Amino acid sequence: MIELTNIHKTFGKVHALTGVNLKAEAGTIHGIVGENGAGKSTLMKVLTGFIGRSGGEILFQGQKVRLDSPKDALRLGIGMLYQEPLDFPQLSVLDNFMAGRAVFAPVEARTELARLAATFGFTLHPDNRVEELTIGERQQLELLRLIGDGARLLILDEPTTGISKEQQDLLFTALGKLKTDGATILLVSHKLEEIDLLCDTVTVLRHGRVAATRQRPFDRDALLQAMFDSLPEPQAPPEPKRGGIPVLEFEKVTGSGGRSGLQKVSITIRAGEVVGLAGIDGSGQGIFLKIACGLVPPESGRILRFGAPLQGKAKETGRTTVFLPADRLGEGLFPGMTVREHHLLAAPGSALITSATGLTVSRRAIATHSIKGQPETAVEDLSGGNQQRLLLSFIPDGVRLILMENPTRGLDVHSAAWTWRHLHSRLHADGAIVFASPDLEELMSQASRIVVFYNGKIVLDTPTRATDYQRLSRAITGQIDPVGTC
Amino acid sequence: MDISLPSFLAAIAVMAAPLVLAALGETLTEKAGVVNLSLDGTIVLSAMTGFVVASRSESLTLGFVAAALTGCAVAALLAVIGVWLNQSQVAAGFALTFLCRDLAYFLGSPYARQQGPQLATLPVPFFSDIPFFGKVLFSHSLIVYASFLAIPCCIYFLYHTRHGLLLRTAGENPEGCWARGINPQTVRIIATMTGGTLVGLAGAAFSLAVKPGWGQPQGCEGIGWIALALVIFGSWHPLRVVAGAYLFGMLQLLGIYFQDSFPTIPAQIFQVAPFPLMIFTLILIHLSSNRKNRITRLFSGNPPKWLGRAYRRS
Repeated sequence: MIELTNIHKTFGKVHALTGVNLKAEAGTIHGIVGENGAGKSTLMKVLTGFIGRSGGEILFQGQKVRLDSPKDALRLGIGMLYQEPLDFPQLSVLDNFMAGRAVFAPVEARTELARLAATFGFTLHPDNRVEELTIGERQQLELLRLIGDGARLLILDEPTTGISKEQQDLLFTALGKLKTDGATILLVSHKLEEIDLLCDTVTVLRHGRVAATRQRPFDRDALLQAMFDSLPEPQAPPEPKRGGIPVLEFEKVTGSGGRSGLQKVSITIRAGEVVGLAGIDGSGQGIFLKIACGLVPPESGRILRFGAPLQGKAKETGRTTVFLPADRLGEGLFPGMTVREHHLLAAPGSALITSATGLTVSRRAIATHSIKGQPETAVEDLSGGNQQRLLLSFIPDGVRLILMENPTRGLDVHSAAWTWRHLHSRLHADGAIVFASPDLEELMSQASRIVVFYNGKIVLDTPTRATDYQRLSRAITGQIDPVGTC
Repeated sequence: MDISLPSFLAAIAVMAAPLVLAALGETLTEKAGVVNLSLDGTIVLSAMTGFVVASRSESLTLGFVAAALTGCAVAALLAVIGVWLNQSQVAAGFALTFLCRDLAYFLGSPYARQQGPQLATLPVPFFSDIPFFGKVLFSHSLIVYASFLAIPCCIYFLYHTRHGLLLRTAGENPEGCWARGINPQTVRIIATMTGGTLVGLAGAAFSLAVKPGWGQPQGCEGIGWIALALVIFGSWHPLRVVAGAYLFGMLQLLGIYFQDSFPTIPAQIFQVAPFPLMIFTLILIHLSSNRKNRITRLFSGNPPKWLGRAYRRS
């Protein structure tokens, strides 16, 4: 049905895909698994013509095809269900169903939509606005649209994130039906249980290359090994500290944001702990940090910081708690402003600003944090590592809770090591560090306790010493029964 | 002065005709996700072009065509900058509005205060004899009829045709558009130019029909900004936008009537009053429509999600 040979894709100097081969037959479901950044999404975008490929051949039904734009793909019958549905929220269900069709025929389209929906057991009201639908229903609509447009190769990108169990069952039944009808389905997922349940073949991607291709039945451990890099045994993680005073307490906290939000999470983090949060992107760890620092108000539940309930006022953060976001330039810094101006903003002080204000602070910070730059350097001209050092230099003395997202993202080994030495030195006697990281090695070597999030819930909470790489990667892919509130 | 109800309503229809055209044009443009802030200048420039071409060629048709092309050309320029080159639509729109206005004054100065052709009223046979409605709807010039026709056409186009649907998708989520095999940029450029054509016609409606003649000022200045405000307060729904246009026409007309009734009050007050009154009324309407009942919900709407945002393909 479709055969990819030696697909390459480069973005500037970065090789997103290197020599990827993949073959999927009609009437099969082909799984594509891999870590974040393994190249799954890029490969799918190449297949739908959303982005061009840098090299390689695509054979579709035995014919060489170009696939320069989604138009090419649609004409061939290749349709993709995006993780975030690419639909039109303010338009009606029927308008969404018809958009892009060559013929405008509302009456016929209404009948067709009703017929297709009935075939798959979906309930969609053609006159509702799409913004009133759940993610699962929007996905059903997109699926029906693609089928209605004659797609014979369906690509689904993480289709089960954010949808209910009932919707998932409906979706799986629909996929089974499509498979029987002879369609080809590519299922991108990080959930091995889905792969087990649905797929006939699976391709594992790692760092933009095919790490393995397996036929059913799958050996889960072999798949996991192929998905994640094999690691040296972790260097001795920091000694877990027990019995410190509670720094951060969550009691049944629910919040929305990320893909799955946060669902009734309870956890107590004590003084002296370095807690690493693991999980696939958007499983709840990001929103956990944002709620903990007060950036996002929780929907329900109770949060205590240093024993006092969180009020949600700006001034209570800052002196005692800092949050360093993953998107340094976008959320952490002001592009266009200089290093000195940032220090001015971070410093408590008078309303009057002179050119000398902040200069001393700035010079000292540059020296103590080894930032390669001048007080008058614009922050966007700093390298990633230096931006991170700059952010670290804003942390005022006496901060007790440091919350970080991907502390070493995009940093070279040297900068990463410096960052961690610095962070450990800033750990307050009565404070804690909580960080989220996609990097298992970083979690194992820097955290004293590891908390794994899956679908907005904590599925594993363990001292680093008591766990291993294998167990973590299983928990991240959801293969531990939710322990719920622990 | 004849102030019977039918003639009052008929006068509103005439007064509001250019505003209806311009506001509908901007509605089309913004539905596709493009903000064309050059409206006010475009109206002045096309009023000038329409008047000059019509006087020189002694053909009203040519005058209207020239004005429409002018509006289309300015919109095309905005589309190139704001859509094709992904630059700020707001900045480009502002620059164009002042450029167009001053260009109109400069190029049009030899024709200021000259006699020129004017669109005659053309009562529709038979229909104009219907009591009340004949006077209100069927005793106008062609451009007023055009403004009437533009309303159902615009609604039909937006909500009942394939291209209207595409236009809305381009303003709602260009990426989704692209994923369906349609180039949102093309849709946006065409929508902007179509909207601009209507705005150009609005200019000619002023200089060749509603406020015949050319001068500095022409008398149509400021209408473009009102049209922009109408689109926002009208929640991007053509019907509400048009209702606002007629409301403004009424306020302007009342100003003229009161000017005659109160000669001691400076005339400028009556000329300017419709503008703040309009904004005040629109805010009131907007606030009251936040309460959800069935009728207000029917016409409520939100800005197109990608309004004013450039779309760059990943």
